[in-house]
Amino acid sequence: MGVKNVISHILIIAWKDLMELFRNKLALAMLVLMPIFMMVMAGFIFPSNTSMNSVSIALVNEDEGYGNYSASSMFINVLEGINNSTEMMVLTNASSFDEVRTMIQNGDAEGGIVISRNFTLNLMTGKQGSITIVTDQTNPQLSIGLQTGLKEVFDQMSTRLAQENVQNFTGINPTNSLAVVKPYHIETKGAVPGTFNYFDFMAPGLMAMTVMMSVMTGLPAAISHEREIGTLDGMMVAPIRRLGIILGKTLAQTVRGLLQGLLILILAIALFGVVIHGNILLIFALLFLGVFSFVGLGVVITSFAKDQETAMMLMMTLMFPMMFLSGVFFPIQQMPWFMQNISKALPLTYSITALRKVMVLGAGLSAISLEVTVLIGFGTAMTLIAVPVFRKAMTR
Amino acid sequence: MIKAVNLTKKFGKFTAVDHVSFEVKKGEIFGLLGPNGAGKTTIIRMLSTLTRPTEGTASVGGYDVVKEDGRVREHIGLVSEKIILYDRLTAKENLWFFGRLYNIPGELLNKKIDELLRLVELTKWKNSQVGTFSTGMRQRMNVIRAMLNMPEVLFLDEPTLGLDPQSSVEIREFIRKINHENKVTIILTTHMMVEADMLCDRIGIIDYGKIVALDTSTNLKKLVSGADSTILELETPNLTTDMIHSIQSLKCVNSVSQNNSTRIKITANGDESFDTIIDAIRANKGKIISVKNLEPTLEDVFLHITGHKVRDKADQKIKMPRHHMPKPRVR
Repeated sequence: MGVKNVISHILIIAWKDLMELFRNKLALAMLVLMPIFMMVMAGFIFPSNTSMNSVSIALVNEDEGYGNYSASSMFINVLEGINNSTEMMVLTNASSFDEVRTMIQNGDAEGGIVISRNFTLNLMTGKQGSITIVTDQTNPQLSIGLQTGLKEVFDQMSTRLAQENVQNFTGINPTNSLAVVKPYHIETKGAVPGTFNYFDFMAPGLMAMTVMMSVMTGLPAAISHEREIGTLDGMMVAPIRRLGIILGKTLAQTVRGLLQGLLILILAIALFGVVIHGNILLIFALLFLGVFSFVGLGVVITSFAKDQETAMMLMMTLMFPMMFLSGVFFPIQQMPWFMQNISKALPLTYSITALRKVMVLGAGLSAISLEVTVLIGFGTAMTLIAVPVFRKAMTR
Repeated sequence: MIKAVNLTKKFGKFTAVDHVSFEVKKGEIFGLLGPNGAGKTTIIRMLSTLTRPTEGTASVGGYDVVKEDGRVREHIGLVSEKIILYDRLTAKENLWFFGRLYNIPGELLNKKIDELLRLVELTKWKNSQVGTFSTGMRQRMNVIRAMLNMPEVLFLDEPTLGLDPQSSVEIREFIRKINHENKVTIILTTHMMVEADMLCDRIGIIDYGKIVALDTSTNLKKLVSGADSTILELETPNLTTDMIHSIQSLKCVNSVSQNNSTRIKITANGDESFDTIIDAIRANKGKIISVKNLEPTLEDVFLHITGHKVRDKADQKIKMPRHHMPKPRVR
């Protein structure tokens, strides 16, 4: 049996599997819908900076003023001014901290701002005025968003206030007074031009994950299913290499996965304005390499599971932790140290990191050589383990 | 062509096939006959390289089924109990797929497909998906699929299981035809006595993983009660218990069994037995509507050898694990 024959067997088995897939209308619909669901979910549900919209905030002004001057009304004016342009909040008046708490408990407000009794007095007598932000602990995402948003607003206001004070005391013009209050200016700039949102971060991870899921669920299903209905015997009894069966089935699942990956890419560009900075061929080569690194694992699991159901359960158990640990949704750097170490042992992590570097940062092959080496190494090792295990399992 | 020596397969503590030895000659149709769960399928799976024997050796066409499994595979075809066809592929695509696995060149394969489809009268459905076929059509497809590589040995595991009588007859005729015309050696398993009797040159009767008898159908039948035995079926409208007792008491009679209220089946020995029995019935004022001289069936043979009926066994065995499926080892 020459290499030529093995390749021809791989191709015919892949052709057969794909024909079966494409004639199965329901499976085909799922093939298209799955990435769309994933995209829409990931794209719209996860928080981004612009996602804070019309949050209802209870505003309590306890400030008694100083003489006939009230710093708090000026503060509120500025707050409303900023809010009118961002539409971040819907402001409602409340009388006290306790009322704010009741409003949050009843769901009438999602947060609150309390201006202290001596706000103006303190400001006028050279002390710090204090403002309290009340948050809803049951909604940590929103709390954090609110804190960040409001802090920025207050920061702007206190700068403006200080600027005015400096100007009044010293007579320095507004531009120079700003330099006195805030001696330096901080600007954030990405490594490549353009604005980025959470989705730019997500898209490469989603692509890698979908391709992986496609292979990891598709391969055991395809092999176990054929074993159950008995058609696998037809292949096993033919004079072909076992590796040919594995690779043929893998090729079919890879094509399926890459189609889904391509769909994600198109949706990401069309719907979510993701800009691809790297080489598109390199992206697909990386996806392909990702598949290669998973195949062995998939085959080993298939060999151990005696039927389709067990195979799927095993796969799911492995896939879920992998999905979260490999940094598809959350950056690995945010995880505790032991999880970061587990993450470093997963091939998907390298697959995703490499894809991100290429898609977002426009990196070339040399920048991802470590990831590529790890993926090739892992894939080769797993395949070398998988083939004898599969052969043994099939001739029990 | 096929030689099995002490072939044994154990699944955990369960012994599915227990030191089975037999030989099959070239061009022969060899039957493995036994109830469900007797170990027939496991023998087929070991001979066709799908399962490794726990003990013993076997060779097909001179090649060892374990050491030279690749060689064995080139020379065999398998029709297993489960139909090996893909429902979403057409008849032609199915045959094309399996043909390509045997490296049959495209042009030759196309010719072969047309020829085989014509042979089983499925040419009209060449481009229809197999999922739309009737059970009979699928089984015909299943058999020609195994014929694609012109195998020297064809394994048929319950080839007529679940088919209606007419389809069964068609498949049996086809099996005989390919055996005759293509000189294919055939091993077939069946739980149907009639089928084994009709098709097989020699039959091995299997019970609890062992071959309990192996011979030609004629010789197996002789086992029942010697060469000069007669089996009669008589229809008597006024059958009485006394009549049966008087027949049983005759010296030449071996056994009497009552089939229904008017029919009895008698096994007897000797040249005079026929007359003696008729006289005994007349003496009891019995009327005789019909007399049939029966050949012993393989049911009789199985009963004679194993001491229990096939059906009893099958019912009791149905609760046992289906051990023709590859089972996970105990880990």
